[in-house]
Amino acid sequence: MTSAASAKKGAEKNAENSVEKNGPAPVVSLEHARKSFGDVEVLHDISLSVAPGEVVAIIGPSGGGKSTLLRCLTLLERLDGGDLSYEDVAVARGGTYGDKNVLAQARARFGLVFQNYNLFPHFSVLRNVMDAPVCVQRRDRSEAEAEARALLAKMGLAGSEDKVPCQLSGGQQQRASIARALALHPDIVYFDEPTSALDPELTAEVLRVIKRLAAENMTLVIVTHEMGFAREVADRVIFMDGGVIVEEGPAEQVIDHPREARTRAFLSQRER
Amino acid sequence: MTGMLAEGFLVSLQIFALTLVGSLPLGMLVAFARMSRFGPLALLARLYISIMRGTPLMLQMFAIYFVPYYVFGIRLTTDSKWYATILAFIINYAAYFAEIYRSGIQSIPRGQHEAAEVLGYSKAQTFFRIVLPQVVKRIMPAMTNEVITLVKDTSLAFSIGVIEMFTVAKQLVASQVSMLPFAIAAAFYWVFNLLVDFVAGRIERKLSYYHD
Repeated sequence: MTSAASAKKGAEKNAENSVEKNGPAPVVSLEHARKSFGDVEVLHDISLSVAPGEVVAIIGPSGGGKSTLLRCLTLLERLDGGDLSYEDVAVARGGTYGDKNVLAQARARFGLVFQNYNLFPHFSVLRNVMDAPVCVQRRDRSEAEAEARALLAKMGLAGSEDKVPCQLSGGQQQRASIARALALHPDIVYFDEPTSALDPELTAEVLRVIKRLAAENMTLVIVTHEMGFAREVADRVIFMDGGVIVEEGPAEQVIDHPREARTRAFLSQRER
Repeated sequence: MTGMLAEGFLVSLQIFALTLVGSLPLGMLVAFARMSRFGPLALLARLYISIMRGTPLMLQMFAIYFVPYYVFGIRLTTDSKWYATILAFIINYAAYFAEIYRSGIQSIPRGQHEAAEVLGYSKAQTFFRIVLPQVVKRIMPAMTNEVITLVKDTSLAFSIGVIEMFTVAKQLVASQVSMLPFAIAAAFYWVFNLLVDFVAGRIERKLSYYHD
């Protein structure tokens, strides 16, 4: 099933593509990651890699290290130890980071969707999406604009291009921020609890958009509290608690038939 | 009489304009120094702001006026009064503007910086494209306050002998034994501040196309 060709981005989706030795080259690879805040170690020896086209959901209690893991993967926090690489870009080796250029190369590989959107309030919706492609990637302005308009339309935001973020609902803002992340053509998109600030109706519209991306073989890593969504969309579910990966596997296994007592305890406390 | 006051007011306006031209950019440099991660620079900026805000502007004018003479033995001319006044106003107002800038810059949520960082914006791009435009909107009310204070503070140049409007008004009051020149001077300050307020209001309205 996994040939060199299918290792390329946009490959056929492999239902059980947790990465094996001779599987496709992972988009991101994290080995033996450690991270402390002061005396408190919040990530203990975490290893994780994500294959092209794979959709990974990370679940677990607050304070379990999910967000810190995402922040380390997106270079917003520095690891204290371990290796991080985006394909051929070795970001960190043994907790030592590469130079500015290496970090810039890595940043071009991923996108991040924040819990509270973090759109730029003084830019129009369109400019939010096209500014980084023009200003960071130096792409042609009219081309970037055309693509931004197409992305916004795909996110159901046609007609809102000239509005400013404060004129949009939370769900619309989150969809605009997804368009902003996609506009830079990332290999992988991280979502940090993308629906936690939204009511159920707006949550549904955002989740619909993310599902559509999953169906298009985008590589996605989603930190979420929406168990139903995780089970539906994820190829692999990771349960994190206490700074370690307690359990991981296919969604049906981790969510419906968890092996670990801690996973069971966590899931039994939530509404599905 | 009004003509003489108007002439004096032109001098007041020069102090006002030159102070803004000098202190608005200088204040930004001081704000950056104050927020610097390099300890000694931040400390120096704090000390500067503390002295500028903690001592009277009038005293600072005198200090700047007399220092060249007492320390370097340079002969003072009529021009040196003028330069001392402008310099004192600039460095004094830069301290206040620096703190207003800092309050604005630090009020921009962390998430804005993080979003820009993840999108690949450089530090300079992040500041000029993302942070600064939002800062301008946030600090407008405080800046308007400070600029209005500056209009009135120009009268302090009277104490060092610069012939601006208040100096003229005082001479007219003495020679004509009438309070009227003061009333007219007050009207000048007030009407000009109405204009400042009007312009600030226009800018604020222009920036009100979004809220955050």
